[in-house]
Amino acid sequence: MFAYLLRRLLYAIPILIGVNLLTFALFFVVNTPDDMARLQLGAKHVTPEAIERWKSEHGYDKPLLLNHAAEGSAQFTDTIFFQHSAAMFVFEFGKGDDGRDIGNEIRNRMGPSLAIALPVFVVGLLVNITFALLMVFFRATYLDLWGVVLCVVLMSISGLFYIIAGQYFIASLWKLLPISGFAGGIGGLKFILLPVLVSVVAGIGGGSRWYRTIFIEEIGKDYVRTARAKGLSELRVLFRHVLKNGMIPILTGAVVVIPTLFMGSLITESFFGIPGLGSYTIDAIQAQDFAVVRAMVFLGSVLYIVGLILTDLSYSWVDPRVRLQ
Amino acid sequence: MTRMGISLLGTILFTTGLFTTASQLSGCSDNWNSPYPGTAKQANAVYSAFSERPKHLDPARSYSENEVEFTGQIYEPPLQYHFLKRPYTLIPLTAEAVPKPRFYDAAGKPLPDDAPSAAIAESVYEIRLRPGIRYQPHPALARNAAGRYRYHALDAAALADKATLADFAHTGSRELTAADYVYQIKRLAHPGLSSPIFGLMSEHIVGLRELGATLEQAAKARPGSILNLNDFPLAGAEVVDRTTYRIRIKGKYPQFIYWLAMPFFAPVPWEAEAFFAQPGMADRNLTLDWQPVGTGPFYLAENDPNRRMVLKKNPNFHGETYPADGDAADRQAGLLADAGKPLPLVDEAIFSLEKETIPYWSKFMQGYYDSAGISSDSFDQAVRFSARGEPQPTDSMRDKDIRLITTVAASIWYVGFNMLDPVVGGLGEDRQKLRQALSIAFDYDEFISIFLNGRGIPAQGPIPPGLFGYVEGVAGLNPYVYQARGKQIVRRPLADAKRLLAEAGYPNGRQAKTGEPLVLYFDTMASGPDAKSRLDWMKKQLDKLGVQLVVRGTDYNRFQDKIRKGNAQLFEWGWNADYPDPENFFFLLYGPHKKVATGGENAANYDNPEFNRLFEQMKDMDNGPARQKVIDAMLEIVRRDAPWIYAYYPKSFGLRHGWVHNVKPNLMANNTLKYRRVDPELRERQREAWNQPVLWPIVLMLGGLFALIAPAAIAWRRREEGQA
Repeated sequence: MFAYLLRRLLYAIPILIGVNLLTFALFFVVNTPDDMARLQLGAKHVTPEAIERWKSEHGYDKPLLLNHAAEGSAQFTDTIFFQHSAAMFVFEFGKGDDGRDIGNEIRNRMGPSLAIALPVFVVGLLVNITFALLMVFFRATYLDLWGVVLCVVLMSISGLFYIIAGQYFIASLWKLLPISGFAGGIGGLKFILLPVLVSVVAGIGGGSRWYRTIFIEEIGKDYVRTARAKGLSELRVLFRHVLKNGMIPILTGAVVVIPTLFMGSLITESFFGIPGLGSYTIDAIQAQDFAVVRAMVFLGSVLYIVGLILTDLSYSWVDPRVRLQ
Repeated sequence: MTRMGISLLGTILFTTGLFTTASQLSGCSDNWNSPYPGTAKQANAVYSAFSERPKHLDPARSYSENEVEFTGQIYEPPLQYHFLKRPYTLIPLTAEAVPKPRFYDAAGKPLPDDAPSAAIAESVYEIRLRPGIRYQPHPALARNAAGRYRYHALDAAALADKATLADFAHTGSRELTAADYVYQIKRLAHPGLSSPIFGLMSEHIVGLRELGATLEQAAKARPGSILNLNDFPLAGAEVVDRTTYRIRIKGKYPQFIYWLAMPFFAPVPWEAEAFFAQPGMADRNLTLDWQPVGTGPFYLAENDPNRRMVLKKNPNFHGETYPADGDAADRQAGLLADAGKPLPLVDEAIFSLEKETIPYWSKFMQGYYDSAGISSDSFDQAVRFSARGEPQPTDSMRDKDIRLITTVAASIWYVGFNMLDPVVGGLGEDRQKLRQALSIAFDYDEFISIFLNGRGIPAQGPIPPGLFGYVEGVAGLNPYVYQARGKQIVRRPLADAKRLLAEAGYPNGRQAKTGEPLVLYFDTMASGPDAKSRLDWMKKQLDKLGVQLVVRGTDYNRFQDKIRKGNAQLFEWGWNADYPDPENFFFLLYGPHKKVATGGENAANYDNPEFNRLFEQMKDMDNGPARQKVIDAMLEIVRRDAPWIYAYYPKSFGLRHGWVHNVKPNLMANNTLKYRRVDPELRERQREAWNQPVLWPIVLMLGGLFALIAPAAIAWRRREEGQA
């Protein structure tokens, strides 16, 4: 197990370098350091000297990937790519182009992101599983049919529609909750309810359909027939046997998501004014802040790799037949 | 009651309880939807929003509107614009008087005020400060009993428990001195600050460019060390005595006085920079760029640009009072009701981050924001036009006592011709006629009506209304595009455009020699469905002449690149005034500022020697008939040459609630928050009345849910019983 984990962690290093390189290439295909400087310095009275000064101050006055003017290893290290990427491997993210410490921002924003993502994940999982089990219970009846139709309808509606409709009806028309905003501590509860409710409803269609498929597959297996033959009630069969075995793909699918919950949701956070990592990423993309963009992509990749490793571990935990070597 | 009925009732009570508990736990406000948990009722506060978090709050760096909105209330330059007077008038803020420049020749001899510009080698502005002005309480200025700064030698252990400025137990203050202003002028040259006006100011302030080079060398020689600007003299800015300083300007630059009303020239105490430069501070986002230290009416009490920024009344503010010298219209509008009262009139201002327009608008309508702009989505809900074409708030707005504020911005939008382009550029008569024809064809009167909901005025030249040089009515029309019909200004008929086009060598939009159609290229950053209709409209305008317009959409960076390299043919651009002087618009057409040759602001690369000569003459003149005469001559040249299609001067529409007072749009001033007054009691009453929660949907939703679940439950029970 230890050797397996070590191997997976070592695999992560080239993956992260590759992700970094890709992010770097994509970013600088669209934006040059001069573009970044102009955006930071504003549209007025910007002189070529001011651009050069900004680039020099922020370390963008070097060649992108290969420094022909340097010698030895400096050809690779005295470049924008190396200078802006190496420190990230020890989680030193440095400063954004606006001068704010990225690590500090990430620490501050992780909480608000989790405050939305965690309840959405837990409540969403419970609601989707319950709804899926109900459809399975009434399989091949009109209730199942209309349940699936409902799921397809819910899946077909844009996520933005749920947000706008939720904000309009619940906050604007009925005045039950604030339309947007955030507060720390217990005071933040009323700001969380609406985005959580909207996100959970928006996820019911896709989630429930997927879980229904898993449960339907399980319910046709021999052990289920045996359980019924023993005289167990249908509810007991579903919750004790089908759910337990169906949990293997559900669990592994869910575990991979858990670490990335920290990264927040791009659209939800933006619309509901949640100061989380999702809105941080969106802002950075709009501001062409490479330092923040590459830090967030790097962090997302790390968390995804962690999620995949956890998934492998959870396989061996929920299915004793699986051994990690 | 059946078991199912009981469970339904229980669910309803639980859900209602959840909403109630969430609302009650979240603060003192009774309104469930209040976005201000923990805020005291009837606080004498302004509630506002910002859509984009500010990048910089350092007065040497902040320039954009969303940054100056904060720095303008905290930092105090020596001058400010009078809140009520129009045309815009500079008055002293921390200075005792508006300084008058003294002129000197190359030998250093004084010259009279009316000396010709060519003879003036240097202008000297001497600014004397009012005594007794003090900084806001701040830990950087805190001293111990021995008179030493408490927090200027902090080590890692001392900083361990400090996350915000509030974690420093002691604060201090001191009197504002002239040295603070000189210190800030030096900061404009600091290589680590990248001040956006360094390039411009180094052309004018004596020695600033040299100081920048010296500081850059010093920074390279001692990487990582902090530059103490007090060790670096600046020839163009010197302290005369404790409350007086002197700025030396190369030659004559009358517009410099306007810069003295911007936060770039506000004081910064050296102690603040020394305090924030300590190791460990920047890691906590404790920097001067994010934690302003000023003498203004407000200080930044809460600085969370990701969520909200709170300005609070500066307890050390220097007794400025509300102006008493407004005109009759101001008196009638109630703008003189607070004359003589000490400023600021509110205790705090709460700015919440609101990126999306829908929540912003909803909160305004619920009374949680005091004022709001009007997006196109909400325009019809908010504004209607009277029979005379005047904008008015709709009945639903009037019912809520919401007032409409309109003003013409000191800005212009134009379609530029690249004057270096072989087809549309050049100063030849045929090219002039081609551009004039296109100027007539682009019907911006129609554009304003269709796309701007009437929020604009067709432009007659580069100078917008409200600035010296702009002439109202038919006397100020652009005769190449418009004509007078009585007192009305009407666009010239399309026949005139067709005639001009034919005279330019393109009869019916085709080249006279080859018969090939004239194809023009329009570069734009606009994209998406909203932009498509506008771009289609543009094509349609040239279709009227038989000219084809090809739209080349691109992103912001590529667009800027094309303009810089002169690769565009037609493009859309705009300009907001830095200060209320025609020079700030004419310089956009000044030859030596050509974008391609010099990287200047002349994006059209227009270069007419006669215009350039008049510009050099006009920029140094005082406002008066003589200057107006030169301006008229310049306007005639740029209208005839038509390097731009003068599109429109945008009109800004805003709304405010009836409890907000002392609102008069001032497009130059950025420190008007101190004049704002609110009626907190009325606001609270209105909020209560407008935000009563509607509970029946909860009952209905839960009932609906129950209606879905009940048959399932019954079916399940039947099935279970059937199996048994």
